Amino acid sequence: MLKKRLIAVLIIRDGAVVQSVRFKHTNSIHYDPVHAIECFNKWAVDEIVILNVSRDASSREGFADVVKRICRKCFVPLAVGGWITDADFARSLLNAGADKLVLNTAFADNPPLVEALSSRFGRQCIVASMDVKRDENGTPLVIVDRAQRSTGKSPVEWAKHAVELGAGEIFFNSVDHDGARRGYDLESLRQVCAAVDVPVIAFGGVFQWKHLVEGIEAGAEAVAAANIFHYTEHATIKAKKHLTEAGVRVRTGTFT
Amino acid sequence: MTLPLYSRPVAARVAIIDYGMGNIWSVQNALVEVGAVSEVIQHPDQLKGFDKIILPGVGAFGDAMRLLRQDGMDQALGEKVRQGVPTLGVCLGMQLMCKSSTEGGLNQGLGWIDADVVALEPAPGIKLPHMGWNAVTFTRDIPFIHGIPSGTDFYFVHSFHVVCHQASDVLGTCQHGQTFTAMFARDNLFAAQCHPEKSQRGGLQLVKNFVEMP
Repeated sequence: MLKKRLIAVLIIRDGAVVQSVRFKHTNSIHYDPVHAIECFNKWAVDEIVILNVSRDASSREGFADVVKRICRKCFVPLAVGGWITDADFARSLLNAGADKLVLNTAFADNPPLVEALSSRFGRQCIVASMDVKRDENGTPLVIVDRAQRSTGKSPVEWAKHAVELGAGEIFFNSVDHDGARRGYDLESLRQVCAAVDVPVIAFGGVFQWKHLVEGIEAGAEAVAAANIFHYTEHATIKAKKHLTEAGVRVRTGTFT
Repeated sequence: MTLPLYSRPVAARVAIIDYGMGNIWSVQNALVEVGAVSEVIQHPDQLKGFDKIILPGVGAFGDAMRLLRQDGMDQALGEKVRQGVPTLGVCLGMQLMCKSSTEGGLNQGLGWIDADVVALEPAPGIKLPHMGWNAVTFTRDIPFIHGIPSGTDFYFVHSFHVVCHQASDVLGTCQHGQTFTAMFARDNLFAAQCHPEKSQRGGLQLVKNFVEMP
């Protein structure tokens, strides 16, 4: 039987792993991304997502280099994203060893790129990252370009649009919940999971292991977190223990 | 005790076939991790002097066969397989070893094994492609899977699966709405539908076993 997945997310800004709180990155987590990957490998994480959240496109080359170094020691599937604005750069990330491409703003600004990448590398290679933020009336809307521009679209509309363009998976995040320590945005997450056939990865806000269980109960196929994995020793092992005890089927066992 | 250098077995040289589809670098990283010497091979005339061959691949069956035929790589590989060179097919590479696939219309494969490739069947509650970690149940025991308990989870990404016509060729099965062949082995041919290079401990053990077998 297919297991639910536990995913570790590394947020990279200008080459360093940073902590993200409502999409602001004031805290640098002082270690090398490669070291982080080695720990996650030992701790039986099921997949790794690496996002380049640097504010300008000139960070791309350095990021591709980080991906290449990470891949030498990464023996789980790796999804990477940030500033994928053309097919050549997408290919260079795959050649560096990535398995999946995470695209976000491209779904708004460059749908033909998404379609081309999906048909060239297959739907399973395309992860649609979507950031949800509530407006002043409390209405959840999808926001792109590092949370700077609202699309005016609801999470459900946006998720369906992403799948139509060729996404094989949805990476759901909430600007309001990011780093806020109160669990996932379950209301929007539940709606997105019910609206699409492709797997949904829940992200944003995990501070206790029970938040992971809530994500699975909302319909997610995979649950992701970032900050909590950096600050807790053997974090993914503990997280899996909690998921197993809650009746969620996950892959168990460690690497070493 | 460390053996003197001259009596250590010489590391196997592994050829990784690069026909333009799939993540060959992940396969090479896994080989480095288990201590094998490998080379990425793009032309049939480079295919000399290797002890083992790995045929990886991600993507569409028809495109892959066209690329393999383009410069005669299909013939060159077939010759090596007939000579008895241990050959491992991974994911699409496993499927290419079969006689045919129905992906994108009926396409002929390399035909090294009595098997065909068909689509996984949709079923209620079953998401396709089959993507994620799933348990492989071994149906027999050979050195290729030594040290890996039956029921170990491996990472899968696929929508089509291999049907072996000789039940004795099946090595391991997996369950996703239906039971399908996750691994097969016959003589010098070995194949996995999952990605050993992305399946942590169990996957690396499989790669190591392949590299170290005589």
